Amino acid sequence: MLKRTLPFAIALVLMSTAAHTRQAGSQSAGGANAAKAGEFEFRINCAFCHGLGARGGGRGPDLTRARKRHANSDAELFRVISNGIPGTAMPANGTNGQGVGMTDEEIWQLVAYICSVEVKAPVVPAGNAAHGKELFFGDGNCAGCHMVQGKGGRLGPDLTGVAGTRTIEAITDSVRNPSRRLAQGLMEATKEFAQEYETVTVVTSDGTEIKGTTLNEDDFSVQVVDQSDRLHLFEKDKLRSFTKSRNSLMPPYKTSLLSDQDLQDIIAYLISVAQ
Amino acid sequence: MNRFLAILSIYFLAGHLQAQVTFTRLLNSAKEPQNWLTYSGDYAGLRFSRLDQINTGNVQSLVAKWVFQSAAAGKFETTPLAVDGVLYGTAPDNRAFALDARTGRPIWLYQRQLPSDIRPCCGRVNRGLAILGGKVFMGTLDAHVIALDTETGNVIWDVPSVDYTQGYSFTLAPLAVKNLIMVGASGGEYGIRGFIDAYDAESGQRKWRFYTVPGPGEPGNDTWEGDSWKIGGAPAWITGVYDPVSNQLFWPTGNPSPSNRGAGRAGSNLYSNSLLALNADTGKLNWYFQFTKHDEHDWDATQVPIMIDSGGKHLIAQANRNGFFYVLDRTTGKLLSATPYGKVTWSDSKDAEGRPVANKESSPTLEGRVVCPGALGKTNWMSPTFSPRTGLFYVGAREQCDIFSTAPQPYEAGHAYYGSAYFPADETEPYWGAVRAIDPSNGQMKWEFRHVSPSWSGVLSTAGGLVFTGDAEGNFTALDAASGKALWHFQTGAAVYASPMAFALDGKEYVAIAAGNSLYVFGLPK
Repeated sequence: MLKRTLPFAIALVLMSTAAHTRQAGSQSAGGANAAKAGEFEFRINCAFCHGLGARGGGRGPDLTRARKRHANSDAELFRVISNGIPGTAMPANGTNGQGVGMTDEEIWQLVAYICSVEVKAPVVPAGNAAHGKELFFGDGNCAGCHMVQGKGGRLGPDLTGVAGTRTIEAITDSVRNPSRRLAQGLMEATKEFAQEYETVTVVTSDGTEIKGTTLNEDDFSVQVVDQSDRLHLFEKDKLRSFTKSRNSLMPPYKTSLLSDQDLQDIIAYLISVAQ
Repeated sequence: MNRFLAILSIYFLAGHLQAQVTFTRLLNSAKEPQNWLTYSGDYAGLRFSRLDQINTGNVQSLVAKWVFQSAAAGKFETTPLAVDGVLYGTAPDNRAFALDARTGRPIWLYQRQLPSDIRPCCGRVNRGLAILGGKVFMGTLDAHVIALDTETGNVIWDVPSVDYTQGYSFTLAPLAVKNLIMVGASGGEYGIRGFIDAYDAESGQRKWRFYTVPGPGEPGNDTWEGDSWKIGGAPAWITGVYDPVSNQLFWPTGNPSPSNRGAGRAGSNLYSNSLLALNADTGKLNWYFQFTKHDEHDWDATQVPIMIDSGGKHLIAQANRNGFFYVLDRTTGKLLSATPYGKVTWSDSKDAEGRPVANKESSPTLEGRVVCPGALGKTNWMSPTFSPRTGLFYVGAREQCDIFSTAPQPYEAGHAYYGSAYFPADETEPYWGAVRAIDPSNGQMKWEFRHVSPSWSGVLSTAGGLVFTGDAEGNFTALDAASGKALWHFQTGAAVYASPMAFALDGKEYVAIAAGNSLYVFGLPK
């Protein structure tokens, strides 16, 4: 009778510089049996966002990385799973419509599972972060639409923490093929399916055409950020036309536009700010 | 007692009894459209209001009259009952309330003290009450059935049904028939053995139980591999309907357990995902129809079925979670038609009876396969409606495909038992939703009203030519029942997880919907 309304996300945002302080042989999280039981819990409760094998999904971070932004010990993992992470899509256990959630025992099993799939080698950026920063705010034209640490545009997603939640491969793919998977928006993080950065074209009653991305939308209204980064608030029935598209407004950055080395530098910069 | 007091007490007693809801009143609910006496508004499951004061010509001026805040966290799924100026409803954590329907002010509030180790799968929810005599009835999250005094909210009786620690709970609104109170179990995520119970309304004594998974020696037990029937699921967590002519309950059932893994339970797994025709007095099975055999996608049939009488035919129709709209002859249980009412990829053929058959490509694998509808179904527990005025069946539909994955999982009593996971299929069309109007005579869609995302709201149709619905973004919306055109909406501020109802008081019609933690009541301006 599953009627879950929210995936049981475990947004353990990665990339902390803090030392990993897992207690060896932790009493509650230890044991292969616990990890096996935790795998069932993971598949049921977490994989919707974090992907099978905890390798990251369309929505949640890759949890196989040893360094996690919000949890660097078994106890912290337990706390994050229990309490969620405010300001992110990661809900507290039992608060997302998934019933009363997991028991303490089940959460410890989950912790054991997450520990068991960790890859100990840290992510090593191949590029030059300083050059990447210059590109991001200069010739790369990234900051016109994307914000990092409060600077830049809002037509596309804020990228301050993106390297903590997405693999290098996923970021590369988003730059080379931006329409392949539109990014999740930040609005209504607790809604079942958050707003995406879809392309929208409206024609107002006086004939003005405005193209941008949707910030928020319901059946009767839409908030549009145009290509000059201005916010427009519309009631749909007052528009002459309203069209949405899954073709991202972001141009595909092919290698002719952005070399592999420059892209690596930008990613190195994003990794440096996400830490 | 002196004579004056005796007369006075007879007067009050008579007045008291007159206001009580009897079985006769439930049978004839159409004669008192100002009241809403059962979960679906009547025994046929129509969720249709015969009130027409609010109509296509004036709905644009609808305004909020009052709001009741339940103070509960979690999804507010109730459909309140309306009885002679009082609304009776439930809220999360087994709260119940009686409100002055004129003002929204509480007459009484009740909250059950729940044990800490209850295991409802999908929220500490409850969808409503049944009323009979001087009592309202609630199924609880710790699997009790309780009777509350309509005047005070005091507990009159409290009966344990089953051991909740094994994963059983009640979330549905009970159904009152004759002197019996019917409930069905929730717990399809925990490897329960589903059942439908009937309790004596006066004493709380259980009169019958129908196990939705047959035991050894019973017909249908051989549709389960080995001992898998013991943990076979088939919950019955939505309120059924009642046909007084044949004295039958039509009660739908849910998924076999584990929901997304067929290995280990070879067979059709009766009576999971079925519609059961049960004798209301005895619980004896007259016929069944299984919508999804050997389900591996959690496609519960727990959608309110609707009895429709048309051209001398006695039909029962259901918009099923698996994406097909079914019409059966309710006298025999024979399938008359099955038509998809949205995108469906799991079936491309039908058996000799006309029942859609699953294709091999839809069976979940370890790494997963994309199937439509997705894990939450084409629709779910939110109520559909049928309007005798338009002859159309309306349902909230979800356009969502998911990746279904399966993995072996040992059963452990009281623990979640899915054998599965599901994921968004990122590279398919983004999820969206719609209210759809279906012509039951041919299964064809007459119109649809699109939502930007899938909704969890039920629908209400009215004699005023309207269909009311809600959405995940918080709108409560009135549509033209003939065309699907939006005529009015109100932003409630929170997603709707409930089905609307209508009532009247002092000659004025009202429409109610739960959203967020609040119950909103709308009416025309003074």
